Amino acid sequence: MIDFTILTDHFQEYMDGFLTTIESSALALLGCLILGTIIAVFRISPIKPLRWFGTAYVEFLRNIPVLITVFLFYAGGPVLHLNLSGFASGTIGLAVYTSAFVAEAIRAGINAVPKGQMEAGRSSGLSYIQTMRYIVLPQAFKIVIPPIGNQCINLIKNSATLGAVAGLDLMYQADIINSETFDVFSTYIFVGIFYLVLTIPLSLLFSYIERRLNRAY
Amino acid sequence: MIHFSQINKHYGQFHVLRDIDLHIKPGEVVVIIGPSGSGKSTLLRCINRLETVTSGELIVNGTKVNDKSTDINKLRRDIGMVFQHFNLYPHMTVLDNITLAPTKVGGLSKEQASEIAMKYLTKVGIPDKAKSFPSQLSGGQQQRVAIARGLAMKPKIMLFDEPTSALDPEMVGEVLDVMKSLAKEGMTMVCVTHEMGFAREVADRIVFMDQGQILEENTPAEFFDNPREERARQFLSRLNH
Ligand SMILES: Nc1ncnc2c1ncn2[C@@H]1O[C@H](COP(=O)(O)OP(=O)(O)O)[C@@H](O)[C@H]1O
Ligand SMILES: [Mg+2]
Repeated sequence: MIDFTILTDHFQEYMDGFLTTIESSALALLGCLILGTIIAVFRISPIKPLRWFGTAYVEFLRNIPVLITVFLFYAGGPVLHLNLSGFASGTIGLAVYTSAFVAEAIRAGINAVPKGQMEAGRSSGLSYIQTMRYIVLPQAFKIVIPPIGNQCINLIKNSATLGAVAGLDLMYQADIINSETFDVFSTYIFVGIFYLVLTIPLSLLFSYIERRLNRAY
Repeated sequence: MIHFSQINKHYGQFHVLRDIDLHIKPGEVVVIIGPSGSGKSTLLRCINRLETVTSGELIVNGTKVNDKSTDINKLRRDIGMVFQHFNLYPHMTVLDNITLAPTKVGGLSKEQASEIAMKYLTKVGIPDKAKSFPSQLSGGQQQRVAIARGLAMKPKIMLFDEPTSALDPEMVGEVLDVMKSLAKEGMTMVCVTHEMGFAREVADRIVFMDQGQILEENTPAEFFDNPREERARQFLSRLNH
């Protein structure tokens, strides 16, 4: 039923795609954590226009398919005289899309820290930034780790959209292999396994970190 | 040392503090009592600007609290605050809870701050808990750590907002004992509390609040035995039943 010669014959293509998927996911992960943190800060900032921007950003991105975000960068690039490759526009689109979810997770984590913590810090003479740095954020971190872990897994799965913009990832390579073999089932079973090789260890890693953090205090 | 002059505060339409005039001298222990929702916490929290006022003038340690040019972090160094729910930092040990502000705000070295922290932990009776996390302590012990944390900044004023209300009855005494010894040493203290025994024994002055107003200021003996205000009398009789 499953034709293993597809895997052995096309191993090089699968590996190229797999490595590209890892590379794109890692870059997008870094990007979405940075962007997400900035947007989260906007959303809790006392400055109204920043809050509005943050809310609009999150609501827009959370409510469209990831593929649209990737297409926006792929097709929007030339309009702005930026010629982004499939890989670049896919990775940026993925980072921007996921950053909305990351921002929400961080904001929720900060809000989950009791108000009395900020008050205790400020009343002892610490500045707002110091109180955030030493008191609120370390507690928010523990709350934020599980949802960030989920977003990280989602990001890897969503990276399959790179295939739609010739991003040279696993999905793109699989489409090429499929057009040669016409064995949809076998071709994509192996793709699925490659994704699992990434997501399952990561999932285990996050639950390990979560357990460690819960034991910390 | 603390001067409220014609202080008013609104939450939207709600008039939470009405024409407050209150003057507290260095070394005085003032206990604020009154029914729930009468504005006691709000009044206390104005002193270190956890709440801002709508109008009037509030001067603490010679500084206009609500002035734009006031360095609020500097003012707050000299005002310790103890909360009903302790508000210890759960992710830090007891020692780190106490040394955080002295090192980050007071500029002390870790060693100096630890030395001071141990001194105050000894004072509140739990030097052996320095390495524990707050979650490993009883409520009474947590509140004593919170007091030590406030004292470690060597404040000129200590504010207490119902420090024993969240405690099991058998732990109230240990916290009140610490507060009593602090009062004896001449600390300027403003306490919101329902502990009438403490108020009678330690307070220099009782401030009775109702519906955002100070209705009566009196010595404890006069206030408890012979309150001037009808509403104070009603409040006390409800407490005794
Ligand atoms: N942030 C707020 N917004 C609106 N109303 C508030 C706020 N904080 C307190 N209040 C109201 O102000 C009144 C006084 O509160 P508070 O000072 O906490 O009273 P007390 O400490 O005497 O119980 C209460 O009726 C309370 O509901
Ligand atoms: Mg209160």
